[in-house]
Amino acid sequence: MTIRILFLGPLADLAGQLECEVEGPLDWDGLLAFAGPAVAEQLQLERVNVACAGKVLADKTALSAVDGDEIALLPPVSGG
Amino acid sequence: MRDIRLLTEVFIPGTLIGPFSGANPGLGGICTFIGEVRAEDGVEALELTQYEPITLPGMHELADRAFARFDLMGLLMVHRVGQMLPGEPIVCVSAAASHRRDAIEAVDFCMDHLKGRAWFWKREKRAGEWRWIEPRDEDYTDLARWKD
Repeated sequence: MTIRILFLGPLADLAGQLECEVEGPLDWDGLLAFAGPAVAEQLQLERVNVACAGKVLADKTALSAVDGDEIALLPPVSGG
Repeated sequence: MRDIRLLTEVFIPGTLIGPFSGANPGLGGICTFIGEVRAEDGVEALELTQYEPITLPGMHELADRAFARFDLMGLLMVHRVGQMLPGEPIVCVSAAASHRRDAIEAVDFCMDHLKGRAWFWKREKRAGEWRWIEPRDEDYTDLARWKD
């Protein structure tokens, strides 16, 4: 089992991939290091959210993912 | 009557409104908004991406808030995902209420939140090139109208 990371919307272009896998556990600092500088810069913006195990984190810096979790990186929305 | 859906195929809003009206007997008024892909500036296609664990649940939470805030009998909220062509409907929100103002304001409320807060990402294709659409400042000021 690993952690699956999904890049939504424009973050997929920035990351050059739609998803990837990483060995758990993974915290916020681990995510920033793993994501690479371009995505990490975006992740630190207030309007970029992180979901873990199907829930949007109220405090993304408190990320605490374990093997089997899915993390989604959510850029600012543009719907409707 | 509450009908909250994501659709992956083209839909005809008119076919939703009749049954929705019929499912809310005794209503005093219905307000319906339909959003379509604008045919402008060489836009060839539009694509909306969702994230399944949160997009539809988020629309249900929005419906909960609309029912709590307005005196509604029914709410229909249908949103497309996937690729769409100019002229195709993207979203249909319809509210049924005893009195018109609740219906009208509930639709306005839902649309502002769908535009500014729902979990969708949009890109458009012009001259064969896909480009992501950034949120507009107006989307945030529209949302701010509903702050309690």
